[in-house]
Amino acid sequence: MRKVNQKGWLFVLPVLVLVAFNALVPMMTVVNYSVQETFGNNQFFWHGLGWFQDILRSERFHAALGRQFLFTGMILAIEVPLGVIIALSMPRKGFWVPVCLVTMALPMLIPWNVVGAMWNIFTLPDIGLLGYLMNHTLGIDYNMTRSPLAAWVTIITMDVWHWTSLVVLLCYAGLVSIPDAYYQAAKIDGASNWSVFRYIQLPKMKQVLTIAVLLRFMDSFNIYTEPFVLTGGGPGNSTTLLSIDLVKIALGQFDLGPAAAMSLIYFAITLFVSWLFYTLMTRNDAK
Amino acid sequence: MKKRSIIPILYILFLMLPIYWLVAMSFKTTQEILGGFSLFPRQWTLASYRTIFTDPTWYWGYINSIAYVSINTVISVTVALPAAYAFSRYRFLGDKQLFFWLLTNRMAPAAVFALPFFQLYSAVGLFDTYWAVALAHCLFNIPLAVWILEGFMGGVPKELDETAFVDGYSFPRFFATIFLPTIKAGVGVAAFFCFMFSWVELLLAKTLTAVYAKPIAATMTKTASSAGYELGLLAAAGTLTIIPGAIVIWFVRNYIAKGFALGRV
Repeated sequence: MRKVNQKGWLFVLPVLVLVAFNALVPMMTVVNYSVQETFGNNQFFWHGLGWFQDILRSERFHAALGRQFLFTGMILAIEVPLGVIIALSMPRKGFWVPVCLVTMALPMLIPWNVVGAMWNIFTLPDIGLLGYLMNHTLGIDYNMTRSPLAAWVTIITMDVWHWTSLVVLLCYAGLVSIPDAYYQAAKIDGASNWSVFRYIQLPKMKQVLTIAVLLRFMDSFNIYTEPFVLTGGGPGNSTTLLSIDLVKIALGQFDLGPAAAMSLIYFAITLFVSWLFYTLMTRNDAK
Repeated sequence: MKKRSIIPILYILFLMLPIYWLVAMSFKTTQEILGGFSLFPRQWTLASYRTIFTDPTWYWGYINSIAYVSINTVISVTVALPAAYAFSRYRFLGDKQLFFWLLTNRMAPAAVFALPFFQLYSAVGLFDTYWAVALAHCLFNIPLAVWILEGFMGGVPKELDETAFVDGYSFPRFFATIFLPTIKAGVGVAAFFCFMFSWVELLLAKTLTAVYAKPIAATMTKTASSAGYELGLLAAAGTLTIIPGAIVIWFVRNYIAKGFALGRV
């Protein structure tokens, strides 16, 4: 059991000061904007909760939010199981382990706009590797600047390419930590592969999986740079995710009030869903 | 080789394809890239790399990026260490709430906070310095570092602390000479994650800098649009952004595999 010791606050103080400086001050500015109306010249007028009402009723917001949930849902549904499968089939010892780890971690270390630009060229119909293969070798009409479906496939593939490794690395670390004795015991008992997975590997991976799911949820829900560079939200509005829409309002049209209100709603949704995941996935720990 | 190793092999092939494409493109001339499809460069050229290594606006981009990423990694890990120790060893008023609150800071949509960030750092006179970006990236790196380190420290038995104190170690001495070496794998992993997320983040880095501290990724977007669409140059610059990251992973590769395993799993 951990000791009650209020000295803990002293240890946490530097973190608190640094994070609060970065979080609270900008947050207050955003809250401030969200309840005011401006006509330029730095003059602000009290507007109450009007912006919040406008946003919550606007079809545009609903559409962007729907696309965002669709995107994040698909990302989690693909990347988490895929990551677990890859981690399970990775070698445990020997020369290939570092090779696998290093090559798998590579995509995560490429700056986000480079990822977007790279995939943009990679999928160009006539000069990109993927685009050329699809159009000229396989004969599939694949052009993400024209077809919303192609744009969605590209965005999802790009994210799977970019982030599945995070799930793999975390799960792999969880798997490596399982003592050999567990497997030997299971072998003596004649356990099937499935029951080894279900009763030994999965419970051992639970904590790292919680981290993986939470990180993937938060980051994919806030994703901005890559889809923006890749498609710019197009064709039409078909890949305009929430954050892209937000930036269009905030920086494109300089509507600070609605943008601030929208980002607070956005933040609240992210917070609520993360809290839900966190509680659901850590609920059984106490037992 | 066993049958199941086919899955990682396929996955790695899938990961390498776009990267191969980027690297191959960096050795082509822009003309060849735009002229049509070719799997290998027909005409090898190092012109793009030569431009990057001789033009100060290019190579300073890399230096700037490395500078603020290093500062951020050092700050994040240094302040996260005592905090993680407190979270893993002590109970204090509001500790659980505080821990979750820290995590929530990763969720703030950076896109919207960019403008307030700009105002904040301009107000304190740090705009367009390494410190601005390094401090701003603390927003999402410190919570992650605390989270990871707390996991590692939770795996170290408490008896270690108690024995050391009975033996008459002072707290700082215990922390530096006994505790830190025990969790050095965790420190490696935390530092790696801080490095990674700071290295790849662009939106805040771009907002908080103008000339002197401009990151390489921002240099790339600007130069690529003003000088026409120089695909070869863009590809070469992109290829070079992978290298520092690859070096860092190579050094922490053993920590990543073994390191996590010592942690809270």
